[in-house]
Amino acid sequence: MKIDAFDVIVIGAGHAGCEASLACARLGFKTLVLTINLDKVALMPCNPAIGGVGKTQLVLELDAMGGQMGKTANEAAIQVRMLNRSKGPAVRALRAQIDKKGYESAMKRTLENTENLTLRQGTVDRILVDNGRIQGVSIESGVTFYSESVIVAAGTFLRGRIILGSSEYHAGRMGEYPSMYLTDSILKAGLVMDRFQTATPPRIDKRTIDFSKMAVQPGEDIPASFSFWNSDKIFPNIPSYLTYTNDKTHELIRNNISLSPIKSGMVTTHGPRHCPSIDRKVINYENKSRHPVFIEPEGKYSNESYLQGLTTSMPAFFQQLIVNTVVGLENARIMRPGYAVEYDYLLPNQLKHSLECKTVANLFFAGQVNGTSGYEEAAAQGFIAGVNTALKLSGKEPLILKRSNSYIGVLIDDLINKELSEPYRMYTSRSEYRLSLRPENADLRLSFFGYSAGLLKEEQYSKVLDKNLQIENLLHDLSKKVINANDETNKYLAKLGSSPVENSTTIYKLLQRPEIKFSALVKTFPDILGISISDSKVLEQVETYIKYKGYIDRELIGIKKLENVENIAIDINFDYFKINGITFEAREKLSRIKPETLGQASRIAGISPADISILMVAIKQG
Amino acid sequence: MNMINNDTICAIGTRTGESAIGIVRLSGNDAIKISEKIFISNNGKPIKEMASYTMAYGYVIDERKEIVDQVIISVMKSPKSYTREDIVEINCHGGIIATKKVMNLCISNGARLSDPGEFTRRAFINGRIDLTQAEAVIEIIRAKTEQSLKIAANNIKGNIKNKLENQRKELLEILIELEASIDFIEEDLEIAPYEDLEKRVQIVYKEIKELVNDEKKGELVKNGIKVAIVGKPNVGKSSLLNAISKKEKAIVTHIPGTTRDAIEEIIYLEGIPVIFIDTAGIRKAKNLIEKIGVKNSLRFIEEAEIPVIVIDASAPLDKYDEEILIKVNLNKAIICFNKIDIANVINKNDFKKKFGENIIVEISAKKGIGIKELEGKIIKKMGSENDFDIQDKIIINIRHKRILVEVISCLKNSIKAMKNKMSEEFPSADLKLAYNLIGEITGESATDEIINGIFEKFCIGK
Repeated sequence: MKIDAFDVIVIGAGHAGCEASLACARLGFKTLVLTINLDKVALMPCNPAIGGVGKTQLVLELDAMGGQMGKTANEAAIQVRMLNRSKGPAVRALRAQIDKKGYESAMKRTLENTENLTLRQGTVDRILVDNGRIQGVSIESGVTFYSESVIVAAGTFLRGRIILGSSEYHAGRMGEYPSMYLTDSILKAGLVMDRFQTATPPRIDKRTIDFSKMAVQPGEDIPASFSFWNSDKIFPNIPSYLTYTNDKTHELIRNNISLSPIKSGMVTTHGPRHCPSIDRKVINYENKSRHPVFIEPEGKYSNESYLQGLTTSMPAFFQQLIVNTVVGLENARIMRPGYAVEYDYLLPNQLKHSLECKTVANLFFAGQVNGTSGYEEAAAQGFIAGVNTALKLSGKEPLILKRSNSYIGVLIDDLINKELSEPYRMYTSRSEYRLSLRPENADLRLSFFGYSAGLLKEEQYSKVLDKNLQIENLLHDLSKKVINANDETNKYLAKLGSSPVENSTTIYKLLQRPEIKFSALVKTFPDILGISISDSKVLEQVETYIKYKGYIDRELIGIKKLENVENIAIDINFDYFKINGITFEAREKLSRIKPETLGQASRIAGISPADISILMVAIKQG
Repeated sequence: MNMINNDTICAIGTRTGESAIGIVRLSGNDAIKISEKIFISNNGKPIKEMASYTMAYGYVIDERKEIVDQVIISVMKSPKSYTREDIVEINCHGGIIATKKVMNLCISNGARLSDPGEFTRRAFINGRIDLTQAEAVIEIIRAKTEQSLKIAANNIKGNIKNKLENQRKELLEILIELEASIDFIEEDLEIAPYEDLEKRVQIVYKEIKELVNDEKKGELVKNGIKVAIVGKPNVGKSSLLNAISKKEKAIVTHIPGTTRDAIEEIIYLEGIPVIFIDTAGIRKAKNLIEKIGVKNSLRFIEEAEIPVIVIDASAPLDKYDEEILIKVNLNKAIICFNKIDIANVINKNDFKKKFGENIIVEISAKKGIGIKELEGKIIKKMGSENDFDIQDKIIINIRHKRILVEVISCLKNSIKAMKNKMSEEFPSADLKLAYNLIGEITGESATDEIINGIFEKFCIGK
């Protein structure tokens, strides 16, 4: 029965699905979002936090191009902290505790009130593919929806299997139906999937916690924002608490380790190494006498408290015992136990950088279903998949971010070229150009793309252009502003622990000294500067640029060199089996992955430098 | 990665087995400008005024205006050249040492030592070679790859390779600490104190600097390991050299020295340039016995890193043999008993007792017996555990040295950053670079700095 036709269908309304559908609908495409449970839109099934090191960059990059996550996080944050404050601006990160219900309802409200967007409950059982092109989907009730394009953002739901102690059952997340049939349909379309696993800790009742025995971990009352389009604000400050596991905890687990699904063989798939369960930690770090446990609020109006550090899928009754060994949690009551979930994910090397399938036209994949971990990673992919769906339907070139301009570029490039052995999480060390890809310059780096795609308004983009101009002007002015070598100057420098100047110098040069801060300088020499600095962000950018110029310039050289290879495009239909001289294994791999550029080909695991050089010759000669 | 760079590159391109000439080849925008700086033409005409595909005779001079070598320069102007860039070839006559001096002068005047295969790479990037030609080149590359890879892997022997691998491992350990402190700030990790990490980088810095900075080592880098073949007339020195070079024919260069009365041959053993000095070159002189007096031989022995003493096994030892054996440092030397195909009259047991089993090889240069064994002994000497002197000198080739110099500068930067209490990501930037660079030498690099790495494994064009 054909009841309706859409431009785009998004399967799933998690963080990837929300961003994907918003991007498509905002760009004018009739978009249907199908979710198994309409009450779970933008649910945060694990930690109640957004941001953190490496992830902040993803959120801000997304935001710089017109994504939603940053703005919604601003609405729902109940505590923020600046991580890596003592380090340089490139690795500083904002981390916010989020009121989960607040986030869900804000995001759902946004979806519901976006023109062209239809939110609907339904479990997709089948994708319809004809002639190598997606046609639509059908749901469990037998209804078929036709569309020009489909974005799969199914999270952990594909044949999701929950493991809790010795019991196991199919579920997408705890308390939610799984999606049992979609995988078959994806496999039938010729795609390859594998299984990953992830887990979450128990939640306990706040009223049963003795906070007096723990260290309070308040947030910071600093003006901050996850969005370039909201001004900085002071966030609410609902504290977290810190306690530790102890010998009793470890002994209990050790003595009953056979209850652990990792020991019993209930869980055999790979989970994220960055989130080991407490049972695994006790096994792996025998000598560690304690592990930290952060108690984080799940929401403004909820007593549920998240136990960061106590992830486990041991039996529910046993989890209660574990929790009660921890100082301050002696009388704590579990409200919901921790568990592990195992699910199908798509081997992401079957995707192009646009996140469209290489083999099925107009079928896109985004989020955890691509083997990633984390809300921010999911949202970033959702956004890219959404924008590229819209661009494709408009007959335009896709938005391909690069390793050299964004963490999102790194994320997608890694997904396509690396062989995942665990759910992929972003780290700053994954970026070769970390010092250039700073959180605070994401707007300067990327808003052009959001504007070109049509997701940023004229005034938003001109705000960025204006900021850029201010930065350039200020840099220019500072290199011209001379400061005289007199007693006044040198007295001031001495006060800052800086060596005196013998000849007159420029402010630019003074700012190159690590100990000279721009803010202090502006206060001391307001008239000498003679520059009105209205935007403190401009000032920050300029200072960062001057202080770290050597490092930033070196990265720029690296970027230029990389671009030379990146710009050598390879035709998607290139026949690798026609080239003599490269190994069979390499041909097979290249044929499968179909790299879009020579640079990408070179990053594919197992492709030797020799293969690349021969490939280059073949490409050059057509 | 210098994929499509237009900087000027240079390399020594010798024509194997063909002539006695060493060629320094420059390619790039500044090829002419750079050669102008070091060349004085006999007819006084500047190079830039020379017509393409013409030659000029003259001298290469160094920065003190001293003559380095007598040369012939040929110019091939863009786009009608192998690389489609300006190419200048400097044909040197002064043997390998002079040729290398000329190349170093090019480098100090702004050229960059080419990466292996870079001339060919430029040729096909600039569209100079078509598919068939390119494939043919690739075939050659392919054929040589296995060999080159093997050479690259063995290029640095034993101790040095271990040293670099260890330093690389140590850098990795340090990087792990630094990166953990950035990406896992929220975890309760026990990161090594910053000062300790700085000290550890200092140690790596010192270790690597020691490998490179020794002036004498630097010379060896440029000039290779010297192996002097000594012995009385007609003992078979030339036959021995022929036997070695015949076996290694593909990579032998004959360069009759003009600076000394001896023949030098460069033979690559496991990728290390070894200069065999055949004192037989003086045989043409009159008063033969006098000229090849022990004194003269000793001079060569002293200069050489490894003296190979050739003794006629078909005849009893004479005074000449004995004198050499007494005076030579047998820790360095290898003793060759030649002509074992004719007769074997010398009691080797006495020798073995006296000098140890390891320094003796029995050969027949004419019949090619024992040559492989001799080479093995030479290689062993170069990388021998007990002879740090030689071994530490084997800093590989110039490319490796260039990389290590870069590594040192990275390490220096990171130490400075740590001293200035810059946060972890800054020293990390330099350390990562250093880590990847060392990997390029030890062959463990898995960086994205691909294309260059690739071509580096293809030891061609040089």
